[in-house]
Amino acid sequence: MKTIDLSTSEVRALNQALHDQAKNLEEREWVVTHSDGKHNLAVGVNEALSIDIQGHAGYYCAGMNQKATITVHGNVGVGVAENMMSGSVRVKGSASQAAGATAHGGLLVIEGDAGARCGISMKGVDIVVGGSIGHMSCFMGQAGRLVVCGDAGDALGDSLYETRIYVKGTVKSLGSDCIEKEMRAEHLEELAELLNRAGFDEDPKAFKRYGSARQLYNFKVDNASAY
Amino acid sequence: MCGIVGLYLKNPALESQLGKLFEPMLLAMTDRGPDSAGFAIYGDEVADGWVKLTLQSTVGEYDWKALMGALEGRLGCSLDWFQNASAAVLKVAAEEAAVRAALAELAPDVRIMSAGQSIEILKGMGLPAEIAERFKLANMKGSHIIGHTRMATESAVTMEGSHPFSTGADLCLVHNGSLSNHSRLRQELKRKGITFETLNDTEVAAGYLTWRLREGDSLKEALDHSLEDLDGFFTFAIGTRNGFAVIRDPIACKPAILAETDDYVAMASEYQALASLPGIDKAKVWEPEPATMYIWEKTA
Repeated sequence: MKTIDLSTSEVRALNQALHDQAKNLEEREWVVTHSDGKHNLAVGVNEALSIDIQGHAGYYCAGMNQKATITVHGNVGVGVAENMMSGSVRVKGSASQAAGATAHGGLLVIEGDAGARCGISMKGVDIVVGGSIGHMSCFMGQAGRLVVCGDAGDALGDSLYETRIYVKGTVKSLGSDCIEKEMRAEHLEELAELLNRAGFDEDPKAFKRYGSARQLYNFKVDNASAY
Repeated sequence: MCGIVGLYLKNPALESQLGKLFEPMLLAMTDRGPDSAGFAIYGDEVADGWVKLTLQSTVGEYDWKALMGALEGRLGCSLDWFQNASAAVLKVAAEEAAVRAALAELAPDVRIMSAGQSIEILKGMGLPAEIAERFKLANMKGSHIIGHTRMATESAVTMEGSHPFSTGADLCLVHNGSLSNHSRLRQELKRKGITFETLNDTEVAAGYLTWRLREGDSLKEALDHSLEDLDGFFTFAIGTRNGFAVIRDPIACKPAILAETDDYVAMASEYQALASLPGIDKAKVWEPEPATMYIWEKTA
């Protein structure tokens, strides 16, 4: 196990050391101390490393992650796991806005709350939030699943494509073209599997499913006068 | 960009260390605002019937001693003052309006940064570290303080264009974001008698709050109205005589984070600015909701 202390090392040195592991996978376990809310921690990791950040992280933590398992023992700033491709990221505290933005794959778990625009333009990632999420979440979500054990803010799933959204609590309002949908057996099954992977003891039957009404997919000639 | 920081002490035993606790917070936001910096510190209150003003000159070296002599003669009342680098803090047993009128006549090159019984606004161009050093921030005592590091977008980098902006007696505003309707709003406010010294959008927000408070709004009402009338992105921190308030616009693009312990409430644009505070690892840390007001004030 290798420990990098950010009170004496630069963030750039941390990320370089993590990237260098792509060549020689000698050290799989990494611990980062004195993170103190610094930005861009463990960004662009390309190998199946296990990285423990023991404190709060700033913006874009674990961005572009591939294969690595990254845990933040604290809160994270804007854009955690943005554009993640694979692997998993777990935030023990809460996340600021745009968590998991545009991410293609992998699993993002936020044990606390997530701010506005959680899962904005998500493209295949699975996001499971233990608490509540802010407004405009899952805006233009294209693929993947978003699970929320608490409440959702205004305009959930606005201009949604094919992301499936599961919310246990209340939804303040749905965005354009987002509707509540029937919870069928296959949905209960995939939700149970996601909750299980995230480690949350919740009953899938307590959730509601939301998805795209698919009315904004194609241009309607009746709307031509609006342009 | 721009960075905002605020520190409100719940534990009076820490008041002698306010500047020392706050300086690293301001410096941590240098990346967000290297153009100019400033802060509004509350403490060292003057007695009832007195008013305290912070003055800065728009022309380099200024003969404050000569001005204070002339002012004492003009007002014919007790006056106390000290110089802090490019600023002067004046305490005088007179009505604020009378002091303002006398200053306008005797010293047209002097700008009044703040007025009230407790507030002192100190600001200028340069890196936050230079501003902190210039005004000896680390040695300052007080009950609460808000500060700003500026990366200018809407108007020129000048001392007058830096934050905080005064919005009335013992009130001030710092802002991260940009307002899109400031030009029209400035015209409307001018017609209502509010005066402006810069083309800065935040000065318009400050002028707006001054106008609402003059119309009889409480601080909460004034901020509620600002959500309707100000168009743009903002996180505001507002300093009051007894505490401070934080509000974000309904879209909440601009960041803010709050932390609370038994000893203090702190706010910042980023957590990095809070990391130096004692006991922060045990603090309650959270992100303020959009269009929601958070106020901490001493009730005593």
